[in-house]
Amino acid sequence: MGFTPAAPAAEPAETGRKARKPKANENEGSNLKAAFFFLLPTAFLLLVFVVYPTIYTIALSFDRGRRGQFTQFVGFDNYVNLFTKDPNFIDFSHFPPSGALFNNVLWLVFYTSIVIFLGLIIAVLASRVRYESIIKAIVFLPMAIAATALAVIWRFVYDPSPQTGLLNAILGVAHVGPISWLGDPGFVNASLIAAGIWGSVGFATVILSAAIKSISTEVIEAARCDGANEIQIFRRIIVPMVSLPISVLAVTLIVNVIKLFDLIFVMTSGGPGTSSRVIAFTMYQESFPSGQFGKGAAVAVVMLVILIPVMVFNIRRFRTESVT
Amino acid sequence: MSTTPDVLAGPAIQARPTTLSGRILQSLNKTPIHIMLGIVAVIWLAPTIGLLVTSFRPQADIQATGWWQTLGTLRFTADNYASVLNSQGMLRSFVNNLIISIPSTLLPVTIASLAAFAFSWIRFPLRDTMFLVIVGLMMVPAQVAFIPVLQLFQAVAPITGNLLTGFVPIWLAHTAFALPFGIFLLRNFFITLPKDLIEAARIDGASTIGIFRTIVVPLSVPAIAAYGIFQFLWVWNDLLMALVFVQNASNNPMTRQISSLLGQYGSEWHLLAASAFLLMVVPLIVFFSLQRFFVQGLLAGSVK
Repeated sequence: MGFTPAAPAAEPAETGRKARKPKANENEGSNLKAAFFFLLPTAFLLLVFVVYPTIYTIALSFDRGRRGQFTQFVGFDNYVNLFTKDPNFIDFSHFPPSGALFNNVLWLVFYTSIVIFLGLIIAVLASRVRYESIIKAIVFLPMAIAATALAVIWRFVYDPSPQTGLLNAILGVAHVGPISWLGDPGFVNASLIAAGIWGSVGFATVILSAAIKSISTEVIEAARCDGANEIQIFRRIIVPMVSLPISVLAVTLIVNVIKLFDLIFVMTSGGPGTSSRVIAFTMYQESFPSGQFGKGAAVAVVMLVILIPVMVFNIRRFRTESVT
Repeated sequence: MSTTPDVLAGPAIQARPTTLSGRILQSLNKTPIHIMLGIVAVIWLAPTIGLLVTSFRPQADIQATGWWQTLGTLRFTADNYASVLNSQGMLRSFVNNLIISIPSTLLPVTIASLAAFAFSWIRFPLRDTMFLVIVGLMMVPAQVAFIPVLQLFQAVAPITGNLLTGFVPIWLAHTAFALPFGIFLLRNFFITLPKDLIEAARIDGASTIGIFRTIVVPLSVPAIAAYGIFQFLWVWNDLLMALVFVQNASNNPMTRQISSLLGQYGSEWHLLAASAFLLMVVPLIVFFSLQRFFVQGLLAGSVK
């Protein structure tokens, strides 16, 4: 491969060989031995717990997979059933579509864009005040806690009783509601996405804040002297100059969405009915409580396929970064 | 991410007016910013504070009034915590969290350091290709491992005994899925270490393992610690892996205990609030105590 490592990784061994000429061959050999020793635990764990299971799961997705074993080859049936006969997974029969896969699309669109937008706004606003680090710490705090704890916090906020739930108490002041935020199929996805956004904005704020600080003050001063207003500075200078960190952030958030599970499981268990399911939840639900391992394996493969472009993006980015 | 001290310093993008009137005008201009940031702070604090206050309120008060009316009653109790720790099994689960998290942090930190060292300072065929494979494996979702790994542990049960009733499956699953990211992170740090130092040690006759132990690891403490903290919090906070790989209810970590409490007592907020805070307390301590350490680590990395 034409891949060159960024740092002087390849060279020390070479110079080491020059320094001890007589031992050149021995040195080569011991390097291979050393590499084997250093990589053995990694190779064992990755092969047994990641690579082999991936192959097994792909094969199982073409099987009925009773009890998780190969019982009856069914070709593409699991996939055909998922995409055409399972309204809980994806249902195109009405507009807008519904189902777990479509909920992931909702998450992808709204969660990703709003997290980046709010992160950018808060980073810019905070950079203009003295208590910047306090604001960033407050917004970042939810990143440290478990999705399970976050789910409890937001179930409490969303509680249907205005005596308990903060949101319905506030609406009650305006004589609206109470609304069953997590019990009404019309509200549940928006409510979950809002809780997810609350949990992730801090991450975006910290990343984007560091990016904004790397923009030189002179550029902004110059724009200001030329009569640019604050909104123009934001749109014409700050946004374009943080576009690379934003794209990296977006990829991270998209991966979060595809792997999203804990929050859904604890807040709604995919309900009411199946209206807030997402693919990672469907994979768990079909495999374990329902025992349809073939179908569960097919959902896992769908997740893997969706993540392949991200994999390629990461490898490409890594290679270009290494070369430059 | 920036590694310079201005990460935590004050405003960078700011016009600095020199005249007094200019300053007054500027602070007036900033009023909307203060208001907006005030709203942000309230939105991000109120939900958590609400649950924290609730966890210390008597059950009867919680049922009668909202937490925002606490000032009217002002009665606090630790009964909720006593109750979840003793009768709801949270104490046992707290210990389980430690039993799960500590090996699931130490194992990947050790194994990933070894591999990252090989990928940065040992020469061997196909090294760069193998490293790209590792970068690719970072994205493989844990879901693909659930069914096969459970099957595997069942298959080896005649030799090893039934490991599924213990902690081995969750330790190994967490470790394996943490490795690609850990190797990636640590390798990128290791390759920035000064080449001269490692060459000199090699010329002095240090063995490969000696170079790893006495030079690379001590110089990489900030990076290794950052990865260790990240991994510890990840495992501490995990629910999904525990649902699949912890098959014995008495081994449940707190996340699983809370999700089953929710099933049984969905609106018993005195229990749920206290349980959620028991789950949060360790990450919050880590967050507040090691934030400074993180910054120091970043600075050390840039000064070196």
